[in-house]
Amino acid sequence: MSDLPRSQHIIASGLIAGVGISVAYISFTQEPADAFVFPRLISSVFAVLAIWTFAKAILGRTKVGNGISADAMRKMLPGLIVAIIYVFWAAKGLGFYTATTIAFFVLVSLYDPAPHSDIKSWIKRILITAGFMAVMYGLFAALLNVFTPREIFF
Amino acid sequence: MDFLFYMGDVFTPINFGLLLLGTIGGLILGATPGLSPTMAVALLIPFTFQLEPQQGLILLGAAYTSTVAGGAVSAILLKIPGAPANIATTLDGHTMATKGEGAKALQLSFLASAVGGLFGVFLLIFLTPVLAQWALAFGPSHLFWLAILGVTVIGTLDSSSVVKGLLSGCIGLWLATIGFDDIMGAQRFIFHPSVSGGINVIPALIGLFAIPQVITMFTKGRSSDDAEVISVKRHPIRLAVVEVIKRKTALTIGTLTGSIIGLIPGVGGQIAGLVAYDQSKKFSKESQKFGTGHSEGIIAAESANNAMVGPSLVPLLTLSIPGSPTAAVLLGGLLIHGIFPGPDLFMNYPQVAWTFIDSMLIGQILMCVFGLYIAGLAASVARVPHAVMAAIVLGLAVFGSYSVQNSMGDVYVMATLGMAMYFLERFGFSAAPLVLGLILGPIAEANFIQGSMIANATVGTGAYFFTGWLNWFLILIVLASISYSIWMEIAARRYTTKDDAVAKEEAMS
Repeated sequence: MSDLPRSQHIIASGLIAGVGISVAYISFTQEPADAFVFPRLISSVFAVLAIWTFAKAILGRTKVGNGISADAMRKMLPGLIVAIIYVFWAAKGLGFYTATTIAFFVLVSLYDPAPHSDIKSWIKRILITAGFMAVMYGLFAALLNVFTPREIFF
Repeated sequence: MDFLFYMGDVFTPINFGLLLLGTIGGLILGATPGLSPTMAVALLIPFTFQLEPQQGLILLGAAYTSTVAGGAVSAILLKIPGAPANIATTLDGHTMATKGEGAKALQLSFLASAVGGLFGVFLLIFLTPVLAQWALAFGPSHLFWLAILGVTVIGTLDSSSVVKGLLSGCIGLWLATIGFDDIMGAQRFIFHPSVSGGINVIPALIGLFAIPQVITMFTKGRSSDDAEVISVKRHPIRLAVVEVIKRKTALTIGTLTGSIIGLIPGVGGQIAGLVAYDQSKKFSKESQKFGTGHSEGIIAAESANNAMVGPSLVPLLTLSIPGSPTAAVLLGGLLIHGIFPGPDLFMNYPQVAWTFIDSMLIGQILMCVFGLYIAGLAASVARVPHAVMAAIVLGLAVFGSYSVQNSMGDVYVMATLGMAMYFLERFGFSAAPLVLGLILGPIAEANFIQGSMIANATVGTGAYFFTGWLNWFLILIVLASISYSIWMEIAARRYTTKDDAVAKEEAMS
């Protein structure tokens, strides 16, 4: 195992151990105690296993999990940023259909292997986005009557 | 013979239409690499909200059955297994297709899937009422141990690391406790308004299964899958039927192996296909032909992974313990309709339960018929660029999560859990035990509290939870599954190099 996954393992298992210890601490200190009987049981095992995993990561004895390579991180980051903006802000701020149209088109354009200089590929992306949105509108607005947040444009 | 009494309900226009839709859609979704049966069923759940319970289950059951079989199309024609369950099919199926016998490989695959699937559903039909009758005698302590058993078995058998598998299960159990306590009404772990009502299972399932796949597609960047679809020449179906009958040893081994493995909670179709392939090879008189496009390899693998589907639902319908991640998703589908599976499911909702099971029986036949005709179309869909597929899955995940309760909180929960799961998976954690923990957590807690109350009034907690042969039987299975997995992990490490392990994990992810 290279040094990169080892350091990643330490950070990841450290975070999980932190969550495990916090959950155990809250379970054993919060009141009413009766409401936390089951969480205490779970969090004790959770914390022990998480600390065990963290200790193994520190000692470099983690055997499974390849971590994330710099290349994978570089490739996923643009898509992840678009997805985060879409989910946590745009869907409510702009409205579901407007935000989905923009996010879908941006994601397809970002990751489509077709050259960006080719006008045909842009037309294809626009048509795919329009087709997808028509299906989504038909399914969720017309068929399932799902009331989505108000759209910014209409 | 209750299943015959309700058979007619499958053929009402709406039910049969949904069965057809689920079957054809499932075949196409199954052929799409990266869309696992679990994820396909999870994304379909929001579409069942406005349906009657049995209609929703018919759609989900048909999709489950067909996605498993549909994965064979891309395994044979593209050498890309549609789902992990189809890995073994690739070995002989694709080789056969490259020899110009793609149609024969597909026919063998769907015929074997149908035979295995039918046997599995018959096992479900005959085992479920017997087990349900037996399960009526279960008290709170047994149900508590059963829930723990469900999380432990899947945590230990489904993960590369026992500790990380169990830790995933613990995370799921903890997530299940978020929200208001049922008895005291106390707030527990409410760190954000989105989770004040607890974590809704459906958005969580969608996030945990769909979002890691979306991010994995992002990591491929702008590269294209250059897999070439092998053209299919006509092949008389009659000859394929004769071939399947002729290869009855492989068919029997595959069907039995798949059925037995399906009954064991946590062991999925991926293992069923590979074990059946390996066993058929051992018992075959033409074992040297395996891997060179031999029909027995396809028949064994495909009959096994479909035979697993029916039995994997036995623990769910009788004990409310999902035996597989897809069964866990189906449990979510039942819960949103207010139906809680368990021993009394067949007494309280016989029409729902039997119509669902009957539809799976008919679905196997439809899957075989349509599979043979739409394989070409399914293979074309399988070549949809991953950029488009990622955007489609993300859009469906957002709309699907929101439509559960018309709540943005559910969308945030879905996305947060999904992103966290992607990173957890990269460090050896697994989604299946986490999901089982999330679903079985409330069952475990309710029975633990109920059992503790009975215990306090009678024999005491220790005596109540640790006496009686059934309690000890369940505890021993929990301990045996952990011990077996630790032993297997040590044995695997002894004989596996780190490079092998890294390559295996890359292939699985």
